[in-house]
Amino acid sequence: MSAMMTNLLEWVDARFPLTSNWKAHLSEYYAPKNFNFWYFFGSLSLLVLVLQIVTGIFLTMHYKPDASLNVSGVPVAFASVEYIMRDVPWGWLIRYMHSTGASAFFLVVYMHMFRGLLYGSYRKPRELIWLFGMFIFLALMGEAFFGYLLPWGQMSYWGAQVIVNLFSAIPFIGPDLSLWLRGDFVVGDATLNRFFAFHVIAVPLVLLGLVAAHILALHEVGSNNPDGVEIKKKKDARGIPLDGIPFHPYYTVKDIVAVVVFLMVFSVIMFFIPEFGGYFLEYNNFIPANPLVTPPHIAPVWYFTPYYSMLRAVTVNFFWIDAKFWGVVAMGGGVLILLFLPWLDRSPVKSIRYKGPIFKTALGIFLVSFFTLGYLGMLVPTPGRTLVAQICTVLYFGFFLLMPIYSQLDKCKPEPERVTE
Amino acid sequence: MSGDDKVDCGRRRLIMATATVGGAAGIVAAVPFVASMMPSERAKAAGAPVEVEFGKLALGEMMTVEWRGKPVWIINRNKEMLDSLKKTDDLVSDPHSDRPMQPDYCKNEARSIKPEYMVVIGICTHLGCSPTEKFKTGAASGVAPDWPGGFLCPCHGSTFDLAGRVYKGKPAPTNLEVPAHKYLGDTKIVIGIGQDGKEA
Amino acid sequence: MKKLLFLVIMALCAPLAGFASEGGPHLDKAPDRTNDPAALQHGAKIFVNYCQSCHSASYMRYNRLRDIGLNETQIRENLIFSSDKVGDLMKVAMQPAEAKAWFGVAPPDLTVIARARASEAGSGADWLYTYLRSFYRDDTRPTGWNNLVFENVGMPHVLWQLQGQQVLGEGHKLSLAKPGTLKPAEYDALVADLVGYLQYMGEPVAQTRKRVGIFVLIGLAVLFAFAYALKREYWKDVH
Repeated sequence: MSAMMTNLLEWVDARFPLTSNWKAHLSEYYAPKNFNFWYFFGSLSLLVLVLQIVTGIFLTMHYKPDASLNVSGVPVAFASVEYIMRDVPWGWLIRYMHSTGASAFFLVVYMHMFRGLLYGSYRKPRELIWLFGMFIFLALMGEAFFGYLLPWGQMSYWGAQVIVNLFSAIPFIGPDLSLWLRGDFVVGDATLNRFFAFHVIAVPLVLLGLVAAHILALHEVGSNNPDGVEIKKKKDARGIPLDGIPFHPYYTVKDIVAVVVFLMVFSVIMFFIPEFGGYFLEYNNFIPANPLVTPPHIAPVWYFTPYYSMLRAVTVNFFWIDAKFWGVVAMGGGVLILLFLPWLDRSPVKSIRYKGPIFKTALGIFLVSFFTLGYLGMLVPTPGRTLVAQICTVLYFGFFLLMPIYSQLDKCKPEPERVTE
Repeated sequence: MSGDDKVDCGRRRLIMATATVGGAAGIVAAVPFVASMMPSERAKAAGAPVEVEFGKLALGEMMTVEWRGKPVWIINRNKEMLDSLKKTDDLVSDPHSDRPMQPDYCKNEARSIKPEYMVVIGICTHLGCSPTEKFKTGAASGVAPDWPGGFLCPCHGSTFDLAGRVYKGKPAPTNLEVPAHKYLGDTKIVIGIGQDGKEA
Repeated sequence: MKKLLFLVIMALCAPLAGFASEGGPHLDKAPDRTNDPAALQHGAKIFVNYCQSCHSASYMRYNRLRDIGLNETQIRENLIFSSDKVGDLMKVAMQPAEAKAWFGVAPPDLTVIARARASEAGSGADWLYTYLRSFYRDDTRPTGWNNLVFENVGMPHVLWQLQGQQVLGEGHKLSLAKPGTLKPAEYDALVADLVGYLQYMGEPVAQTRKRVGIFVLIGLAVLFAFAYALKREYWKDVH
């Protein structure tokens, strides 16, 4: 039996780099031995990606992207979601997995990105990993946005309406561009069908490609760690990093524990509070899309609210161009500025453990402003709230734009030679 | 990393145990996904039993009703038609309906509850085409000079007699299927619920 | 590390400190009928008798009412008035276009109304329970009825013969001007049954979902024990 397996493996290896890839990416990929809590979120992102793809495939078998009304006067798309929830065997489970998975995806990705921010994972030589990661984040935002239209509820409809209209703020080409995106004068059947195409085919393909690039780039340069020191600098006689351990089995078994814990938290939400108080499934989205009535209070899903707040925070016109345009610039800039992080951070050390008080304070201010913006994005704007959002937007951008200055001024502690326990 | 055999042994057992529990969890997780591809409540409602009243069906004629999206034929067989079944006994591959293509209460010469009324699913057991009616006998049927009346499948030429029994040497493997049905009156049946009360 | 976690938690809590529910009328808590099949069956009966003449429940199949302890014969005999089959959706005879012509707006489908009406102020059931008890006479309205929770509502008070007629008095309080066939407490109980049914209908799978969830969590707990033991075993090499 074992001889047969060996022969089979040799046969495959002569034709396909199976063993060499297994070694390069798992059994002989040396990861620093001091990974902590924050390092679970990369594997978990991959898990949620798989979960979303699998549940998505099964939902596609039953969902209908059709905005026309059925005999009961309900849009077919909306009715098909309730059909999945009621008539398809176990459809409710698959749908809740997908809807909970969408929020979980952003949660783990935000945690994963914050890890990079904490330990300087974006610094040389990992700039490309960070860039690929940022592109994944952008693709993911697109994926979530397109997917959110599909249930064809009131929030789906008006959310898409607002976001597509953002493009109309672009000078000269804007109005035509948003018309082209919708394919109709309002968000309609054409919009729903093309968003469906983007959501189930186009963006997932891009996502998968980017994820592959992200991991390949990581495995080329090796993982960073909470101390921000390069383990490849100290190797033993066989050329193995002294502070490195093979990813498989050590981190596979560790990540499995994290996966199980994650699934437990996921299950508690999915089985007991799937709406999550209206944050994961918004209440107004149980009302079919009605192009004639906007709900009294519309807010994007929680993972978009920090950037949505920035959009609303800009209320003054600059250079004879509408505030609307600058709002879009602020929102887009808030996301895109993260792309430049590798070149904004001039600190002599990577990890927060050895950075000085200025950086730590700046990071604290950044976090508070980010969460405040996220919270305000869920509320109806009032003059007071808009002022707070404006302050937080300035602080958010200040964290990045002033980083080249304060990161150099900071009093850093010396980095150790080897990783610490 | 440790070369100690004793440690490895315990470790192996633990791997096997974890893999077993994990594998079982994986199989359980797959169940909803596999089950979601079974007919939904909508499909089941659309496939609910169908009531048919056929009092106006003339002798020697047939009618087609839809049940679960499939054609179900009701044939009012006259005396000649019933007599033809004796002649075809030697020509068909399963003359006594031994293969379970009909409910037990239809396992008889005429393959029906009441001899004159044949109820059968009009789907060829070969690859699912619907055979055409060839009630004319002899050369006029265009099937064979000594044709006693029956059905011809246009796709691959399988022939069936007037009890839906398949002729020998034809591609269709079994007789046409008789659906579960039950008489509610003299000329009223429900298709999808058996004479024995069992739902199809 | 601990300081960092503290920082994150503080950052998370900072915006929540200012949390307060936003205005709107006060909602009464709807009595829980989830585990009371008799009440749910009563609610279903009220629904088909009073609501379903105008409102559809077009994602719900009659035979799904098995969930609340009814069998197909009971469903056919007590709850289906049209020629519908038990597997059919709970549609309404009125055409949506006609309904729009009569009422100005088409009466909304009520299948998921209990989920749609939830807000920070309370659950969807709370809203419905309060709404159905807050109709009052208002001659300025075309139907002669208005509602405290749903201002200028298009729907007349369909249950008025049961509740009687309320009027709006001092301090925005409702009082019963003409009693109905039911005593106030009886009417409240009837509305609670109806709302319980609407809540069930919004998500018929809710009880199953929780039951499955418990099994899944137990399974994951077992898996966790093994996974954690395996991790400990391997990481002996590293530590």
